[in-house]
Amino acid sequence: MENDPKITLEVFRYRPEQEDKPVYQTYEVPLKKDWVILDALNYIKDHIDGTLSFRWSCRMGVCGSCGMMVNGNPALTCATFLNKFAPGPLRIEPLDNFPVIRDLVIEMTDFMNKLKSVKPWIIREEEKPVEEGEYLQTPSELADFKTYSMCINCMLCYSACPVYGLEPNFIGPAALALAQRYNLDNRDQGQQVRMDELSTDEGIWHCTFVGECSVVCPKGVDPAGAIQRYKIQGATEWWKSLVLPYGKPKK
Amino acid sequence: MKRKRTIEPLFWSLFGGGGAISALFLPALLVLTGIVIPLGILSPSYEGLSSLLSPWYSRLLILGIVSLSMFHWAHRFRFTLHEGLQLHPYDKTIAVFCYGLAALVSLSAVFILFIQ
Amino acid sequence: MERKVMPNIKMYKRHIHILWWTNRWIHIKFIARELTSICVAAYSLILLFFVKAVLTGPESYEAMMSFLVSPLAIIIHVLLLGGLLFHSITWFNLAPKAMVIKMGDKNIPGILIALANYVGWFVISILLFVLILNV
Repeated sequence: MENDPKITLEVFRYRPEQEDKPVYQTYEVPLKKDWVILDALNYIKDHIDGTLSFRWSCRMGVCGSCGMMVNGNPALTCATFLNKFAPGPLRIEPLDNFPVIRDLVIEMTDFMNKLKSVKPWIIREEEKPVEEGEYLQTPSELADFKTYSMCINCMLCYSACPVYGLEPNFIGPAALALAQRYNLDNRDQGQQVRMDELSTDEGIWHCTFVGECSVVCPKGVDPAGAIQRYKIQGATEWWKSLVLPYGKPKK
Repeated sequence: MKRKRTIEPLFWSLFGGGGAISALFLPALLVLTGIVIPLGILSPSYEGLSSLLSPWYSRLLILGIVSLSMFHWAHRFRFTLHEGLQLHPYDKTIAVFCYGLAALVSLSAVFILFIQ
Repeated sequence: MERKVMPNIKMYKRHIHILWWTNRWIHIKFIARELTSICVAAYSLILLFFVKAVLTGPESYEAMMSFLVSPLAIIIHVLLLGGLLFHSITWFNLAPKAMVIKMGDKNIPGILIALANYVGWFVISILLFVLILNV
């Protein structure tokens, strides 16, 4: 390790018991070809400064815990190679648009509430008895929503979304894509319930299609596309309810 | 069931319709009326232009293009002010100004094209 | 939906800079795309005045033309054309995101939907030129 070239990391530090404003602390770590940024952070934690706080778990782009701002762009640190940023220095900050609890750890209560608000489960008008068997689905019906089901809740799209940053009540990309994941599932009958909840200013209509949520998504979910499709659906329903004020359009 | 009424789908539909119609029609129209005809590359006669634009369907098309384009502008401009200048606390005022201007131009266009 | 946080914890809140849209290329492109709406509005007003002049009579058409042939008017139109083209291209490129059409078991590829938009644009533009050529 002594022979490896070095790279400097400028890491966002915020320790609420000791400072009111964050500071940037620099650490020099080995620049190894096969290291991702998370490896460098763990190297700091293990060998240089044990007080550095950050979240991580699976190291393989599945758990969605290790999202951070890398040189100003939201990224999964377990899936971003260090030598891409050589010779450095390279700045690591907690995800944008969220309050910071400590160092690189953000507060995500709002995100959890918003996920829940879209009712991300299969809604049936009437459950059929177990004896009647399962709800069948063809591969083509699965394909209708599969991309939207790949989300790992890493919140990169929330920190990429200026609308979420500016408009505190906006439901945001991942939650709306998740709503579409259920809306487009042929077993679900909750489209109308979700539309009532989400065809509001803070639901779909605040999105201005910046499109960056889809760019930063590590799983190819395309929340921006999901929201635009949802808008078309919402607008169609709105005109329908205008023309047919007495009969609610049946889904 | 409660249904929160929101007017946003109307504005969004007008924005979308205006975005599509302006994207399809305006560049060619601009090249014609603003560049090709003034530079004399094509010189249609006044009578020809007049008979082209006089029928009710031509005037209806122009009204559609102008009005929807204005509503397209209104919606985008409103959100640009929102986000670019962080003026979202003044949304009501901005919305009234933007959509109001678009509606005013549309009404004037009806007057110009069909009543005058 | 109100934004809630854990109670009784000291947290650091960051604010978005007023010029946030200048700090990344994708944001600059976004704000440029939104601002093309000014070109759309400006030219549709010019179009309305042009048609009004034609409908009013030969004298007012002459007056309109004497404005349109001035170098300033030509420069304005060339600038507006840049904005309109950027609007058209970004609009057609993003159309497949909102329009997902299923044919049989498969979705029509986005590129084909964008292509259909471009073909429509081309056909309408040619038609408008032919109309003017014939008068």
